[in-house]
Amino acid sequence: MKLIFLFVVLFSGAALAQNRSGLEFASEEVRRLQASDAENPGMLWVDQGAKLFAQKCASCHVSMKGVATRYPAVEDGRIVTLEAKVRHKEAFAYESDELLALTSYVAHQSRGMPIKVNPPAEKLDAGRKAYYSRRGQMNLACAHCHEQNWGKHLGAETLSQGQPNGYPAYRLEWQKMGSLERRIRACMFGLHAELPPYGSDAMLELELFLVWRANGLPIETPAVRR
Amino acid sequence: MALARIDLPQQARRGELVEVRIVIQHPMETGFRRAPQGERVPRNAIHSLVCRYSGTEVFRATLSTGIAANPFLRFFLRATQSGDLVFWWLDDDEVQGSAKARLSVT
Repeated sequence: MKLIFLFVVLFSGAALAQNRSGLEFASEEVRRLQASDAENPGMLWVDQGAKLFAQKCASCHVSMKGVATRYPAVEDGRIVTLEAKVRHKEAFAYESDELLALTSYVAHQSRGMPIKVNPPAEKLDAGRKAYYSRRGQMNLACAHCHEQNWGKHLGAETLSQGQPNGYPAYRLEWQKMGSLERRIRACMFGLHAELPPYGSDAMLELELFLVWRANGLPIETPAVRR
Repeated sequence: MALARIDLPQQARRGELVEVRIVIQHPMETGFRRAPQGERVPRNAIHSLVCRYSGTEVFRATLSTGIAANPFLRFFLRATQSGDLVFWWLDDDEVQGSAKARLSVT
């Protein structure tokens, strides 16, 4: 009897600590928009990416299924995000429609597959440190909202766990597709914190930690978020 | 880049009501936003859209800046004969876009 009780406690604890996609915190309308490929505006970028892929990438690559589940990866001691990997031949500008389209197209092929990144400890620790460090005039760390207070409200908004499994995602606020990096910058902007430049180590380490934290969550690209 | 996604059933029976959905990639700039340096972003929205079914106009919409970027439109159509649904639209920059999809009627 005691043993059963222990199991119940353990399981309920596990359920509480479980990773939850941002989708679960979204409104009914947003969820419906994401669920239907005919209405999800992010699919426009996936289509555009398919065309670009056929033009620029198809001479070497065929299927990209499962690739997005392994990024960001660490290659030769440097963190490489999916965006960075897509830029390896042609340096598309960060947040350009071309880069977002190609990244979305590649990530879309892994839709429904669980994230599985396994970075070396020192890179991960750098990201973890960034995640738990206070920053900005608001003097808050990522963990204050997204770990200690998710599910509660910040104004009209429900705080999510800040899981990155939907990115690149279509954000209604942006009225277009955007990368995970842009989303993190939006949080930092809200904290009145200094924004590290695109592709900088500080940003990449945080991104790596966030994705590692979401291990096991299915990729949702193109997700729709508020 | 004028990109659009049209969604309609591949086949329909004659006389059946068919749901047509279209999403168009367009910024729908209101003209009220400002760029980071403070200069105004000029208004650029799709203002008219027409859909022709086998050459006959079946749907027309007047859009304006109150509509979000990447507008989504949905309407119903009675399937009469196999033919192309051709969408055509025009924005404030006088840029035209078009997209088409085939409807097979049995």
